[in-house]
Amino acid sequence: MAPVPDPAAPSPDPSASTAPSASPSASAPAPAADRTAPDGAPLLVMTGITKSFPGVRALDGVDLDVEPGEVHCLLGQNGAGKSTLIKVLAGAHRPDGGEIRWRGEPVQLTSPTAAMSLGVATIYQELDLVEHLSVTENVHLGHEPAAGGFVRRREARESTAVILARLGHPEIDPDTLVHDLSAAGRQVVSMARALSHDVRLIVMDEPSAVLDPDEVENLFRIVGDLTADGVAVVYISHRLEEIRRIGDRVTVLKDGRVAARGLPARTTPTRQVVALMTGRDVEYVFPERPAAPDPGAVPEPVLRVEGLARAGEFEPVDLEVRPGEIVGLAGLVGSGRSEILETVFGARRPTAGRVLVGGRPVRPGDVIAAVRAGVGLAPEERKAQGLLMLEPVVRNVSVSSLARFSRGGWLDRARERSAAREAVRELSLRPDDPDVPVRTLSGGNQQKVVLARWLLRGCKVLLLDEPTRGVDIGARAELYALIRRLADEGVAVLLVSSELPEVLGLADRVLVLREGRVVHTAPARELDEHRVLDLVMEGSPAR
Amino acid sequence: MTTGATSGPAVPQPSPPTAAGPAGNGPHPPETTKDPAGPGKPGGPGGGPGKGPARRVPAALTDLRNLSLLGVLVALVVVGAITRPEQFLSGDNLTLVLTQASVIGVVTVGVTLVIIGGGIDLSVGAIVALASVWATTLATQEYGLGGILFCALFVGLGCGLVNGVLIAYGRMVPFIATLAMLASARGLALLISDGRTQVVSVDSVLQLGLPDSYVLGIPPLVLVFAAVTLLGWLVLNRTTFGRRTVAVGGNAEAARLAGIDVKRQRLKLYLISGLCCGIAAFLLIVLTGSGQNTNGNLYELDAIAAAIIGGTLLSGGRGTITGSVLGVLVFTTITNLFALNNLQSDVQQIAKGAIIVAAVLIQNRTARGSGTT
Repeated sequence: MAPVPDPAAPSPDPSASTAPSASPSASAPAPAADRTAPDGAPLLVMTGITKSFPGVRALDGVDLDVEPGEVHCLLGQNGAGKSTLIKVLAGAHRPDGGEIRWRGEPVQLTSPTAAMSLGVATIYQELDLVEHLSVTENVHLGHEPAAGGFVRRREARESTAVILARLGHPEIDPDTLVHDLSAAGRQVVSMARALSHDVRLIVMDEPSAVLDPDEVENLFRIVGDLTADGVAVVYISHRLEEIRRIGDRVTVLKDGRVAARGLPARTTPTRQVVALMTGRDVEYVFPERPAAPDPGAVPEPVLRVEGLARAGEFEPVDLEVRPGEIVGLAGLVGSGRSEILETVFGARRPTAGRVLVGGRPVRPGDVIAAVRAGVGLAPEERKAQGLLMLEPVVRNVSVSSLARFSRGGWLDRARERSAAREAVRELSLRPDDPDVPVRTLSGGNQQKVVLARWLLRGCKVLLLDEPTRGVDIGARAELYALIRRLADEGVAVLLVSSELPEVLGLADRVLVLREGRVVHTAPARELDEHRVLDLVMEGSPAR
Repeated sequence: MTTGATSGPAVPQPSPPTAAGPAGNGPHPPETTKDPAGPGKPGGPGGGPGKGPARRVPAALTDLRNLSLLGVLVALVVVGAITRPEQFLSGDNLTLVLTQASVIGVVTVGVTLVIIGGGIDLSVGAIVALASVWATTLATQEYGLGGILFCALFVGLGCGLVNGVLIAYGRMVPFIATLAMLASARGLALLISDGRTQVVSVDSVLQLGLPDSYVLGIPPLVLVFAAVTLLGWLVLNRTTFGRRTVAVGGNAEAARLAGIDVKRQRLKLYLISGLCCGIAAFLLIVLTGSGQNTNGNLYELDAIAAAIIGGTLLSGGRGTITGSVLGVLVFTTITNLFALNNLQSDVQQIAKGAIIVAAVLIQNRTARGSGTT
């Protein structure tokens, strides 16, 4: 079924509904107050919600109210309670206490189905799609249009096509397997699933995290269309600039409590928002770059990449990283930046070119050879590619250096422990205990565990793929300082990040990539965001 | 499986980085620092904040699952002592139970390692049959005890090699590769033996099964079982090989990107499983004084069942040798109890099934109760 806007909601201001799609700088929809339901009742009021897990009070009397047609942003550090709150809202967690009113009526959200039947849809950060089913089947999963138990396939397919068109993605074939879609495509499917219900409130958990700038624009357009139809959006993001763009009001959570409620999204100073989240006045804090080295004393590059290429992914690339240097790769998703990193590491086999570490060529396409040569990778998907989630910190740290703690295959566990403990302490992991399961750590601390692994191994070249993804602002500054410190200690760092300020603020030298080609190389201090964006977007349809 | 939206806290699914999950992964998780030895955290032995010798307490002893399994075993012994006091507790009967457990126990140690490493081995029963048949042909018997032992081990290793190469380097799904091995090894065993029982006439082999060769009253078969168990435990808990096995089974991609040779690790695991089958085949030859192509029937299911009730995660990355061996002992004791009480094997099978279900339900419950995601 196509999404049905709330008939009770007054028709939206036409200028507001078209504004967001017109241009990025145009003003977003009118304030929420204009679109409150006629009876004045807010769409959703949560009062005094509490939820405890063994040992943790995740929510401690949280209030949230959402008006029809508004974009209500939820901000907070990791562990502030955002995810728990939206799971309560989605019916996935039952609150221990508090009241939920839906359009003025008290309700119990006892299950995801109950929440869905009220019109609450949730788009989780880690999308919950069935990979080997088609787009249509995913969109209608659990509520297939059926006659006598048989799925009415054509009807399902057609309604899916309608929703996809509405989402601005008519090019997605409803018969494609979700498996074959990009991250952005999957998110569209997830959103289409939400819209296939009669939805009044959509919760989006960091929807922009996996998207490129132009896809984020499309997301904003969709959000604008939805709110214009009277659908409310609860929007979670770490990116303050997005909240400024599309948000109406902001609720800030901190340590399971509401730190501020219903702030105006556009006019509240960033400094104040950050202070509410962290108790500190920081946004992006980058460490000082070291003074340019004396030209005579420039060390030889430890990593040298010569004509490395992978057909269909990236064209021959040359680059050098010296000890103590941080080199950044900037580009959109699909520009080949992560692919280059993984090929340097040997996780992908190059079709041409070679990689030299310390002057010696490394066997191509062989991770073990790369690790032996002194290369380490902090992969993009920390949980899926980096960590052994069932294991404690110590085993995650020592896994690449087991040979050092063993004789004839027998482990010296005492030495392993003390070495891991030292590495973990050096990175000031919290909690400072190598025996806690790694899955209980926050994103930033999990990243530190991955770094500690390579630190312990004593690697010379560190490849970082999105090192701060899913890491909150406070912890980012700490990671930046840590990466800089590793470089100062003589490690050569090659950094990939989709966040330009990060590349520009942290790296010494930046390679700008577009469609698998290096289009520009310059010292980071000679570049700014606009210049890089120009280079990255040049010639692309978005311009 | 449930989706990320609804999965219970027992499932260690990757929650979003922002999750204020039950584990309290916030910047200030006081509970994790205060109590690092939370209940039911495998791998985190209950040493508490004292990092010294208290840590040396074997993880196996503090593992709740093994304790509960031990409780079940004790309960079974009590039941046996009450229902058949004279027969059940007699030395002969206890020796019999342990002897019966030996063959499947050795197989289970190998299978447990394979499962922890993220694989599965359905071919163990067939390999036992093939090895027992090949090692008892008239031609092999001419070489005496040494020839029979060598042949059994060699056939086991060979089958493990084929499994391992197909899975690690041929990129076959373990389920399919070992299913194919199951079929062809059984077929080959039938071909070699022509369906006949091959009686062993080598005295030194038969001798091993007689009370004369018992060491301190313990049959050699049981000693082999104990030795394999101890070795398996050491390999899993005290060697780099064991650590890598857990890493590969827990997250193969992360293990690969950490510089572990995942393929070689997998190959070695199937070699170990094959070797265990060879040992088990030899034990079976000693026990029965013969080799048959019907040997080891359904061992694969018994071994997997024992591993599962012992707490080994079928998806890999977690499990204990102790748990699996306790699982074997529980099943063997039940079989013995039922036989002593003149209950038919159909009832035994039903009881086995019920125990598997109960064990897994209890494990899910305790995992949830321990309060970590």
